[in-house]
Amino acid sequence: MRGGRKVIEIKNLKKIWEDDGSSVLENINLTIEDGDIYALVGRSGAGKSTLLRCINGLTSYQEGSLTVDGKEVKDFNEKELREFRRHVGMIFQHFSLLERETVYKNVALPMICWKYPKEEIDKKVKELLELVGLADKMNAKPRNLSGGQKQRVAIARALTMDPKILLCDEATSALDPKTTNSILDLLMEINEKMGITVIIVTHQMEVVRKACNKACILEHGLIKDEGDVKDIFIKQPASLRRLLGEEKLKLPLTGHNIQIAHMVNSMEEGELFGKMSQELGCYFPILDGKIQDYRGDSMGIFTVNIDEAHFPSMKKYLDEQHIRWHEVLSTDNEEEEEE
Amino acid sequence: MILKNYTFAQIFSLLIVPAFFATLRMLTISAIMSTILGFALGVILTITEKGGLCENRVLNRVLDFLVNTIRSFPFIILMISIIPLTRFIVGKSIGEVAALVPLTVACTPFMARIFQNSFKEVDPALIEAAQSFGATKTQIVFRVMLKESVPSIISGLCLAIINLLGCTTMAGAVGAGGLGATALTYGYQNFNQRIMYSICAILVILVAIIQYFGDWIYRKMK
Repeated sequence: MRGGRKVIEIKNLKKIWEDDGSSVLENINLTIEDGDIYALVGRSGAGKSTLLRCINGLTSYQEGSLTVDGKEVKDFNEKELREFRRHVGMIFQHFSLLERETVYKNVALPMICWKYPKEEIDKKVKELLELVGLADKMNAKPRNLSGGQKQRVAIARALTMDPKILLCDEATSALDPKTTNSILDLLMEINEKMGITVIIVTHQMEVVRKACNKACILEHGLIKDEGDVKDIFIKQPASLRRLLGEEKLKLPLTGHNIQIAHMVNSMEEGELFGKMSQELGCYFPILDGKIQDYRGDSMGIFTVNIDEAHFPSMKKYLDEQHIRWHEVLSTDNEEEEEE
Repeated sequence: MILKNYTFAQIFSLLIVPAFFATLRMLTISAIMSTILGFALGVILTITEKGGLCENRVLNRVLDFLVNTIRSFPFIILMISIIPLTRFIVGKSIGEVAALVPLTVACTPFMARIFQNSFKEVDPALIEAAQSFGATKTQIVFRVMLKESVPSIISGLCLAIINLLGCTTMAGAVGAGGLGATALTYGYQNFNQRIMYSICAILVILVAIIQYFGDWIYRKMK
């Protein structure tokens, strides 16, 4: 990742609903760096959309601090907040386009509101519609567009004032898988070419795997896990499994259960286990295995059971091969870990 | 005016045509005024609502109460009970100009509700989107809320104007003239069915025209 400069820093953020005093977000700490595609994931009601709205001040928070480029968002007055929002684009689940305006007018609206000169608006709008691949739909009304096209218009609108950050609130949740992928490709392209930091709120893990480099899993307003997407998928923490709705694997109680993660591209499939079996001079059952795409690479995650006698040699072998692994605890211990 | 000395064509041109224009004048002016006032009131009612752009519960409650109160008066009673206000504003309580005050007062709350209901239909996510790119509150009202609800406002206005036409005929009670008063005095009270029914026919046509135009604009705007 380029940059590494901290763009958004959230410290001990806490938010409660003013109506009934119930807590929405608690003890939120996270840092988003320049050029990240950061995922806020969680089930509905986890507080992820609320957290996203804290970032551009659409909703307020009571305690803690949230700084964007070193500036505290809750300290902005109304005018400063509007000025700040110019540089933070946002797209929504249901696109939020004006149904009665043309595509062109929709994209132009932010610039019209900020009173840019006509020629500049015209140039920018055409350029952005070109970028999102909708130059020919300029005079169409949103109702004549497909969901994916509408989201492209919304993306163009969010980019009109050259934002540094793009917030995506469940932007692909209303789209089919293929369209979701094309929108994600566009977001990745924008991130790559324009250097815009993208924050994606989603409940779709495919989205996280495909597009994001970092993620944080929210549950009931708390951060359960945070870090590199790859790491999270390798570790498979309880929060991730709950999110995926996967049943906990029934693991054998004897021997050691080891989860191995490796990039499939880097090694020919099948070779790893065959070689390892030969090298160690023993057989071991594979309990679980799946291969998933992660930002264009394929990553295999396998769980194997190895008896006590061969455990040290397997450990050694995996470390020598620079293969990431970790021991999966048996079910009873796991429960404790979750608490 | 002794009616039997005149032919119907003369009655028509001397009595009904001026009355028609009187009605049209009252209708147009009070419709324009109540649309403007109703729009303002509707906007205030919408933005001061809980979770609105400028939440203000007290102002919202007061205006809401006011609107409900005025709307619960039968027009004829409202017209008489606000005579002091009418006299204060236009300097007299009788005549066509005087009738504009109660007509506007009666129609404004109705218009306000129409605007309010139309604004309510605007997806809150759209307002949020506008806020997300830094639009001002005024811009949100005019460029988003008003813009998006135009078709619904048009059909509501059409409803209100036809309702207002009904009120103008009652305004005859304060000597405003117009089609209603003419139908009543020269038609009904004079046992002249021809006058009464021809005025009814004119009103039917007028309502049909307003409704037709309303629907036409609605379709164009949609």
